Amino acid sequence: MSVLLSHAAVLDPRDLGEALAMRAAHPDAVPLAGGTEVMVHLEAGMIDPQRFLNLWRVDALRGISGKPDGGLRIGALSTHRDLVLSADVARVAPALAEAARTVGAVQIQNRGTLGGNIINASPAADTLPVLLALDAVFEVQGATHGARRFAAADFFVGYRKLALAPDDLLVAVHLPPRHAADHTHFRKVGTRLAQAISKVMLGVRVRVEGGVVTDARVAFGSVGPTPLRARSVEAALLGRPVDPGTADLASQDVTPLDDIRSTAEYRRTVCVSTLRAFLASIAPA
Amino acid sequence: MILRFQVNAQPAEVDVLPMKRLLDTLREDLRLTGTKEGCGEGECGACTVLIDGRAVNSCLVPTLQVEGAQVTTVEGLASGDAMHAVQQAFLAHGGAQCGICTPGFLVAAAELLERDAHPSRLAVREALAGNLCRCTGYQKIVDAVANALGHEGA
Amino acid sequence: MKTADSGVVGRGVVRADGPAKVTGAALYVDDLRPDGCWYGATVRARSAYARVANIRFAVGFDATGIALVTAKDIPGENIVELMTADQPALADGLVKHTAEAIALVAADTRERALEAARNVVFDETPIEPLFDPEIARGHATRLFGEDNVFSHIVLRHGDAGALFDAPPQGAIVVEGVYRTGLQEQLYIEPQGMLAEPRSDGGLTITGSMQCPFYIVDALKTVLGHDRFNVVQAATGGGFGGKEEYPSLVAIHACLLALKTGRPIKLVYRRDEDLWATTKRHPMRARYRSVVDTASGKLLAQTADILFDGGAYNTLSPVVNSRGVIHAFGPYVCEHTRAEALMVATNTPPNGAFRGFGAPQVQWAAERHMDRIARALGMDPVAIRRVNLYRDGDVTPTGQTLHDVGAQQVLEAALERAQQPLPESLARVRPGGGGSAARLVPGRGVALAWHGCGFTGNGEARLMGKADVALEGEDVVIYISSTDIGQGTETIFPQIVAETLGYPLSRVSNAPHDTAQVPDSGPTVASRTAMVVGRVAQRAAQALDALLTAEVGPSGTFAERVARRTSTAPLRAHAEYQDAGLQWDPKTYQGDAYPTFGWCAVVVDLDVDLDTGEVLYRRLVQATDVGRALNPVLCSGQLEGGALQALGYATSEEVVLDAQGGMRNNRLTNYIIPTALDAPEMETVLIEIPFADGPFGAKGIGEIPHDVPHAAVAQAIEAATGAVLDRLPMVPERVMKAMSDAAGGSAR
Repeated sequence: MSVLLSHAAVLDPRDLGEALAMRAAHPDAVPLAGGTEVMVHLEAGMIDPQRFLNLWRVDALRGISGKPDGGLRIGALSTHRDLVLSADVARVAPALAEAARTVGAVQIQNRGTLGGNIINASPAADTLPVLLALDAVFEVQGATHGARRFAAADFFVGYRKLALAPDDLLVAVHLPPRHAADHTHFRKVGTRLAQAISKVMLGVRVRVEGGVVTDARVAFGSVGPTPLRARSVEAALLGRPVDPGTADLASQDVTPLDDIRSTAEYRRTVCVSTLRAFLASIAPA
Repeated sequence: MILRFQVNAQPAEVDVLPMKRLLDTLREDLRLTGTKEGCGEGECGACTVLIDGRAVNSCLVPTLQVEGAQVTTVEGLASGDAMHAVQQAFLAHGGAQCGICTPGFLVAAAELLERDAHPSRLAVREALAGNLCRCTGYQKIVDAVANALGHEGA
Repeated sequence: MKTADSGVVGRGVVRADGPAKVTGAALYVDDLRPDGCWYGATVRARSAYARVANIRFAVGFDATGIALVTAKDIPGENIVELMTADQPALADGLVKHTAEAIALVAADTRERALEAARNVVFDETPIEPLFDPEIARGHATRLFGEDNVFSHIVLRHGDAGALFDAPPQGAIVVEGVYRTGLQEQLYIEPQGMLAEPRSDGGLTITGSMQCPFYIVDALKTVLGHDRFNVVQAATGGGFGGKEEYPSLVAIHACLLALKTGRPIKLVYRRDEDLWATTKRHPMRARYRSVVDTASGKLLAQTADILFDGGAYNTLSPVVNSRGVIHAFGPYVCEHTRAEALMVATNTPPNGAFRGFGAPQVQWAAERHMDRIARALGMDPVAIRRVNLYRDGDVTPTGQTLHDVGAQQVLEAALERAQQPLPESLARVRPGGGGSAARLVPGRGVALAWHGCGFTGNGEARLMGKADVALEGEDVVIYISSTDIGQGTETIFPQIVAETLGYPLSRVSNAPHDTAQVPDSGPTVASRTAMVVGRVAQRAAQALDALLTAEVGPSGTFAERVARRTSTAPLRAHAEYQDAGLQWDPKTYQGDAYPTFGWCAVVVDLDVDLDTGEVLYRRLVQATDVGRALNPVLCSGQLEGGALQALGYATSEEVVLDAQGGMRNNRLTNYIIPTALDAPEMETVLIEIPFADGPFGAKGIGEIPHDVPHAAVAQAIEAATGAVLDRLPMVPERVMKAMSDAAGGSAR
């Protein structure tokens, strides 16, 4: 059952350069940010590494700032609480702040980081559907490949598998400016109203101009090995007035499972119903 | 490894494995047993402490990461003989029954009240949603925290 | 004797242990760390049913400094003493449920003890297990007795059979099947015991518990002597989960203390606690009723109830008993047959949990009443009014009811429920869909009765005792009743202070150490305030008499204390006085309880049509408590019990693995309500005094858990038309039921 005390060594860089060097020298060292996932896995005996790489002191990974184009740069070590309280995030990406507000509860939000949520890449990670819906871009640095950027949609390549090299570190998340014609939405159906792992999550951005949809992103979490885009729905939405009926197509884009928390049937049904409810709320009367 | 930080406004120095849970360092090395373990997985909040004023689950914090920080436990809420307003409110409103969850609630409430002196009942519920109680049904806990610094907020 | 009305009973005085609890000073067992203390851990079998042999450390494991204990190390008898001698303290060759303890280890650190436990191996030869009580009953595989039945009770009243055979004109027969699942007590402090060798060669056992003398009896059997004392530490919740189970933890800690000669602390990890300890008994029941269609009157009823007891007897027959007595809820019916079976299966033994059979059967009774209402096209509240007990009505055990609070609590709850609902978080909660969420409101009403104290002659057999002593200027109450959050440390001093007319600040409970306190009986069955409180009150009166005998009758208690020339303590003793209840345990006829509690619950909620989530808005409960000794503590108990019932209703599900054990044994996956899930609650305390209770108080600890779950089901039905007869009503089942109700479409 549980393991109580890790005897692992901890690499403790003071700045980003040192962090990247240590990551390169010890790619097996498990990165440790706020600890809200790593410590749970350790306690449950799911991991027992020899080394950790403590990122908590690397201030270069913190900070939320507006960009000249009106978008945002969010440091990877930004906590969920930082996202909830940030005026910038409220202005540019309120759906992301809402998602952050559903992560665990205050104690988890005060320590859990956006970077950690992304890197752990749980299919149930609360921020990922919104990041997909907003076309987030991930800024990465590593000894081998230097500085790179990844579109969120290209980043999650398999179950808890990322398009990263072993010596890469996620440095920041970039969000484009908010478009006046965008409707965004976040929905989390969990096991309860707080401290909940999600059964289904929805992150949506629908741009309506001249009465028709000109851009659509529909992303789901917890219904596949990665957070995923419902491409059939997106395609069906484009070029027409908002049609709640397109929600039915979500059924073919998701691959939910039966697990300890819920059933595939429920998840499939709820993907469709929650998406339909949102589309209905923005559809012409 | 020698680690130095502040606990309840006093300097603390411990020699522990860096990944030792802050919860265990507090309870074992510093003999501060007010902070409790209810689940060991960051769900119940009985282990809540403040780090630099922010409520966290100390069962999920490696002690290394509080080096140089200010940690506040339930033992640090009172000022000398004067209980914190939220402690008094718990007594007045019946917020504690078996008491095992109480330290965690008080610390989480302390963070909330520092930020919002007259929180609405919904704001109280959201701020305390990371603290599980099985005895009270939360009613009197919400009463206590919403009224700790005077009248309830809108 | 009592002259001054100190007026302390009926006031919400601050709880006596409050300051210690809010400052973190209260000491729970894991806060204790005597010098030289070692840590214990338990080795458990995985198979549901198996022969086990050859317990040893794994090859290659360095067991230096590790103590290992098996059944061979038990000095006395390898039995957990309770009702029958069927449960071993450590499995000896045969395991009957997954998670059963087969060995113990101890080491100088917790980490080392857990590591050692993980490295104990043994040979397991599985046997085909029985998991379904319907199949287990009478099965060739003998788990218990001749037919795997722990208890079989038939309670007949009138002649229901005749009415079912020939229903009168204008009557119909309504039938339904109702089910409830396992539920975990989820005290926030896990099980734990500390066993310390005493200088006289005995042991002191300190820990988290409800019943110190249950542990005494259990240890006497296992140790073969009585040179030990049991002390209750501050206990972080129990709800029945620490009624009988702690005896096993105490036995284990003692065995390790004997083996090592050291203090041993044995505290369960949460995943272990969830996996291995007792749960509420699951129930399956078929109810049938003959009902007059015009009036809605119940003419005849039958209930066939099946409980799953798990692998060992523990207290299951008593759960069966309470279930059968409460089977039809607070409704009068002249012709009834209730039959309850408690059957053994190869699962962890089920045990005490607040309500003790009543929440299960009253789920069935209330859902059945709703089914009847639907069949008749009657309003669910109206049909309840027609059938609710009144003074003078006779129960299925033939007991004539007096001071029935049923009508009163119903009217009080409905009236309070007329107040406008508080602001809902449904539309503002993060991630809830905001204005896109499609919510429909619903209201449900349910009623409960709950017998206070032990059934029948149970109290007369227990003969609960209390001493009250004058020590200097302090009055000390000696009882074994423990405070597990409900406020015993506060209400007993209130009772005694008011009885004596002495300041509350001078009255307190002695530590609950079996070396110092008499056996008041267990802290269970809604008996502590009502039964033990009354005994303590009589002990206080006896103390007053002793004081009077010494210094004469004039003056207040304080004045007479001041007149004393002796400093010797004065100690008075009292025992339960048989109230002369007539009860036949063979026929189940007579006065089942000295009195009943009555409760009405109104739940307002929203159902999310797109997700099946149930969002609680408000819960109103009106409860006849006899007399609220401390209204804050009293309403606190009612609120806590009600929220447990809401968890039972819509989120608490035990998911089983292939060995019949709890697979979701982490708090992440066993879902109890958070503060955000919990509704605002309004609690109306109705006082219809019970003459034999202290100041009129009756028992209230369990009744709040008896029916809120049924009110929730009715509310879901009112909101959506979905009919759910099985707990828990998780969103997956609500969606399915809504779909069924709409004829295949959930929209």
